[in-house]
Amino acid sequence: MTYIQLSYGDLILPALLVVMDGVLSLILRLKLEKQLAIATVRMVVQLVLVGYVLSFLFAAVSPIWTALAAFIMVLFASREIVARQKRRLTGVWKYGLGATCTLLAAGTVTMFALLTELRPDPWYHPRYALPLLGMMLGNTMTGISLGLDVLTNSLVRERAAVEACLALGGTRHEALLPIIRDALRSGFMPIMNSMAAIGLVSLPGMMTGQILAGVEPVDAVKYQLLIMFLIAGGTGFGTLAAVLGGARLLTDHRHRLRLDRIVGEPSI
Amino acid sequence: MLTVSGLKRLHISVSFDLQDGECVALQGPSGVGKTLLLRSIADLDPNEGAVKLDGTPREAVPAPTWRKRVTYLAAEAGWWSDIVQEHFTAWDDALPLVMRLGLPGDCGPWPVQRLSTGERQRLGLVRGLMLRSRVLLLDEPTSALDSASAAAVEALIAERVADGTSVIWSTHDDAQAGRVGSRIFAMSPDGNIKESLP
Repeated sequence: MTYIQLSYGDLILPALLVVMDGVLSLILRLKLEKQLAIATVRMVVQLVLVGYVLSFLFAAVSPIWTALAAFIMVLFASREIVARQKRRLTGVWKYGLGATCTLLAAGTVTMFALLTELRPDPWYHPRYALPLLGMMLGNTMTGISLGLDVLTNSLVRERAAVEACLALGGTRHEALLPIIRDALRSGFMPIMNSMAAIGLVSLPGMMTGQILAGVEPVDAVKYQLLIMFLIAGGTGFGTLAAVLGGARLLTDHRHRLRLDRIVGEPSI
Repeated sequence: MLTVSGLKRLHISVSFDLQDGECVALQGPSGVGKTLLLRSIADLDPNEGAVKLDGTPREAVPAPTWRKRVTYLAAEAGWWSDIVQEHFTAWDDALPLVMRLGLPGDCGPWPVQRLSTGERQRLGLVRGLMLRSRVLLLDEPTSALDSASAAAVEALIAERVADGTSVIWSTHDDAQAGRVGSRIFAMSPDGNIKESLP
């Protein structure tokens, strides 16, 4: 396995391409140069830091440090889920629901892969655990935030229909079922689309990375297939948990619709 | 008999009894809380107080069972499916009532979108009446109807009342309140009701 190593000096020329973007922005008065500069600096700092953090973690191979890194990743994922919601839940569940579901879904499939297929030694080796968890988080996060967004928006929009069903003696499950179905469908859609397009339209980043690092394409494909199966399973599991959990939080034991548990919705 | 004692929801605070086979008209200016009161009796919103049907507190039965007995029908009916008849458990059984309220007998497979406001209101009423509830909480059930359709609705509800159904009928129409109600509850902005005879 061989790969062409880069030095920081090798990056100067490609970085000039970004400078060219900035010059273009100045000439065309797009007023993007400041944003572009900030984004570029952020990217460089974040990636270099992550490189060193990962190097440290890989050298340490400590369960505690690995768990801490995983925990921080989950925190960022749940913050991202909340940021993508047009309507947010009140109280502790605002972050809690997304965090619990991503942790549950991404955590479970990551563990599953580590313990059954990859079997690194030790099983929590950060070189395998963290990149895997990262990919799971990124994808389950998308499904969960889409599913929750459709759930809350539809409940607010379809309030009359849901309450008509409840008023006629429907259970909260019966009343919310059509909306739950829509929310689940939306949550599953991105992963299904990317499975259909993969290899034809897009070469996934992880597979490309392995190929650049000298792995045989067919071996890289096997890895990618493993990842895609895990993502599909994790997204399904996470979206289901988030949508059903959200539906439960937005109703109560007396089968009432509780839109007052969404920030900014009046209690009729 | 429906017993409401110390029901509290936001500014509302009421107590009253409703006998079997009795229809009470609920009146008051818009925004005074008539809808809130009816929804609270049906337990559709969190509220305090004791509401009993024949001495059985509503907490003693599952909420869906309670609402099949004490049924709230909103002024604007909600539709959870695209097709009219999918909202009915037995469309054929509902047909006589549908025709009686002057709706076309072939409207079962229609999309709900095709219905006028008045048609929706009458179909929503039929849908609720099919439950044969003990208590009907009608929220302005004829607000979108012409006088002929409104009369048909009043006659239909009167039959149910004669059969022993209890009704609370919210209306802005004083004449209607006098026709349908054996008592009138006038709701005031402070959340109380004042009882009077028509």
